[in-house]
Amino acid sequence: MYRLTTRTRAGTATEIAVFVLVPAGLALPAVTSRGVIQDLFFILTMLTLAQIWNLLAGYGGLISVGQQAFVGIGAYAMFAGVILLGWNPVAAILLGGLAALALAVPTAFFAFRLQGAYFAIGTWVIAEVTRLLIAQWKALGGGTGTSLPREATSNIMGTDAIQALFGVREAAARDILAYWLALALVVVVTGCIYWLLRSRLGLALAAVRDNVEAAQSVGVDVGRLKWAVFLIAAAATGLTGALIFVQTARISPEAAFAVTDWTAYVIFIVVIGGIGTIEGPIVGVLVFFALRSALADYGSWYLMTLGLAAIAVMLFAPKGLWGLISARSGLHLFPVRRRLAGLKIEGGN
Amino acid sequence: MIWLDTLVQGMLLGGLYALFAAGLSLVFGIMRLVNLAHGDLIVFAAYLVLMGVTLLGLSPWVAAVIAMPVMFTLGWLLQAAVLNRVLGKDILPPLLVTFGLSVAVQNGLLEAFSADSRRIPAGALEGASLDLGLVTLGVMPLMTFVSAILAIVALNGLFYHTALGRAFRATSDDAVTAGLMGIEPKRVFAVATGIAMVVVTLAALYLGMRANFDPSIGPARLIYAFEAVIIGGLGSLWGTLAGGIIIGVAQTAGAAVNPEWQILVGHIAFLVVMLLKPRGLFPRAVD
Repeated sequence: MYRLTTRTRAGTATEIAVFVLVPAGLALPAVTSRGVIQDLFFILTMLTLAQIWNLLAGYGGLISVGQQAFVGIGAYAMFAGVILLGWNPVAAILLGGLAALALAVPTAFFAFRLQGAYFAIGTWVIAEVTRLLIAQWKALGGGTGTSLPREATSNIMGTDAIQALFGVREAAARDILAYWLALALVVVVTGCIYWLLRSRLGLALAAVRDNVEAAQSVGVDVGRLKWAVFLIAAAATGLTGALIFVQTARISPEAAFAVTDWTAYVIFIVVIGGIGTIEGPIVGVLVFFALRSALADYGSWYLMTLGLAAIAVMLFAPKGLWGLISARSGLHLFPVRRRLAGLKIEGGN
Repeated sequence: MIWLDTLVQGMLLGGLYALFAAGLSLVFGIMRLVNLAHGDLIVFAAYLVLMGVTLLGLSPWVAAVIAMPVMFTLGWLLQAAVLNRVLGKDILPPLLVTFGLSVAVQNGLLEAFSADSRRIPAGALEGASLDLGLVTLGVMPLMTFVSAILAIVALNGLFYHTALGRAFRATSDDAVTAGLMGIEPKRVFAVATGIAMVVVTLAALYLGMRANFDPSIGPARLIYAFEAVIIGGLGSLWGTLAGGIIIGVAQTAGAAVNPEWQILVGHIAFLVVMLLKPRGLFPRAVD
C-alpha cells in the first residue's frame, strides 16, 4: 500500500532539533548577558514578523506594505490596556492581538476590493490613516507618545520569580520575560504556519498561488481563504507589536507605525532569505542581523546596503539565499510538499 | 468667502500633487510598474537642482533644465539595467526591487546631504502673490499648477500624436502583439521611464522651491502621487490631474478645520473614492 506524506528525514531532524533548541533557548538567560538577550529578542520578533509577512505574500499572494498598521495598533492597544484599564502589561498583549484583528476586518473589506499594486498602496494608506488617528488620542500621549508607568513595569507577572531565579535586577528580568515570550511566539507562529501549510488549507493556498482559476475550478473558495490568511496574519502581527513595545516600554506614533522598521526590514528579510519557504525568513533574519552588527558604526550605509542587497537578490537569485542552498542540496528543513510513500516504482527513484 | 479661498488653494496644491504623479501615471499606465522609489527619486532630483544652484551658481530654472537630461539618462539606465529584468506577470519582483531602491536612495541622500532640511532659493518669487479681489493667489502655487497642466498637455501630445506615443499605447495594450509589429517593448519602457524622470525633475524643482525638503520626505510624496494616479484611473493623465486636485482640496479643507487633520482628510478622500470606484474615476486601460 502507499500513502501521501510530507514527512522526510530532514523534516524529522528539524522536529528533533526544535525539541532540543527550545529548552536550550529557555535556559539561555542563565549563561548569557543582558545584551545578548536583547539582541535575541530583536531577532525573534523580527523573525515572527517575517514569517507572518511570508505567509501573506509568499503563500497568500497578499502583498501588504501596511503591516505596520497592525504592529502599531497592537502596541497602542497594549498601552491602552495598561494605562487606561490598569491591566498587567503581559495580559494586555492579548488585547493587542484583538485590536489588530478588529482593525483587520475593515481593512480587508476595503483592501480586497483592490487588485495587485492597488492592494499594496491601499494597505499603506490605511496604515497611515491609523497612525494619524492614533496621534489624535491625547490620553496616550497624542503625537509625542508616552511611556509605560513605572508601577506597571515593575509589577509584570513573573518578573519577581525571574529575579530570584537568575539573581538579576528588575529591568534585566523584564528583558528575560520578554525574550521568553518572543521565543514562545516565534515557535507558535512558525509551528502554526508549518501546520497550516501541511493541512488542507495549505494545499488550497498553494493551489491559489499557482493558479487562481484552476484552484477555483476544483472548489477552493479563494475569497474566504484570503480573508482567513489576512485576519490570522493581522492578529499575530498585533501580538508581536504589543510584545515589542512591552520590552521598549515607550511608544510614539512614529515608532509604532514605522514603515521602515515593521515593513521594509521585514520584506528585506523575507526576500533575501527566500520568499515562499519557512526556512527563508530564518536565513534572512540571520543575514539581516549580521549586516546590522557589521555595519552598525556606519549609520545609513547599513540601510543602503540592505536595500541594494534586496535588489541584487531579486535580480540574481529570486528565490533568495535559501532557494540557492535548497536547489544545490535538495534540502527542505520544513517539508510541505506531498509525496507518495511506501510505493516502489520500477526504474524510478 | 473662506470656502472659496480653501477650494482655490486646494486646487493649486493639487497641481503640485499632479506633477508628482504625472511621471508615475505614465510609467504605471504603460508597463503596470509600481515604482515605490518614485518619491525618493523626486527628492533626489531636488538635490540635483539644489547642487546646480549652490555649487554652480545657476538660477533654479537653468539648473532644472540641466538636470533633466541627467535624470532622463538615469531613468533610462534604471529601466534598461534593472527594472526590465523583473517586469512580468508577477507584480511582486518589481515592487520589491523598487522598495529596495527607495531605501537605498533615501539613505544614500542622507549620507551625502545629512538630515538637515534644505530649500532651493527662488528669489523674489518666494513670497510673491496676486490679489484677484475674491482670493489671493501665490505666484509659486499658480506657476506649479500651470506647469502641471502644460506637462500633462505635453505628455498627452506625445502619447496621442507621435510615433513614440503610438508605441507607448500599443505596448500598454498588448506588449506581445506590439513586439510582433516591430516594437521592442523593453526599449519603449526605457524611454518611458526616462521621460517620467524628466517630469520628476520639474516636480522636484517646485517641491524644492515651495517648501523645505530633506532625504526622508520621499515616501509621503509617493503616497500622494499614487493616490492621485489611482483616483484618476489607470492610464489617464487628465484623471491624474483630477486625482491630484481631489487630494489637494481635501487636504486644504481638512487643514482649514484643524491643521492636524490635513494629511488625514486627504487619505480619507482617497479611501472614499476607492470604496465607490475601485478602478478610479476615468480608467483608460484595463488592468
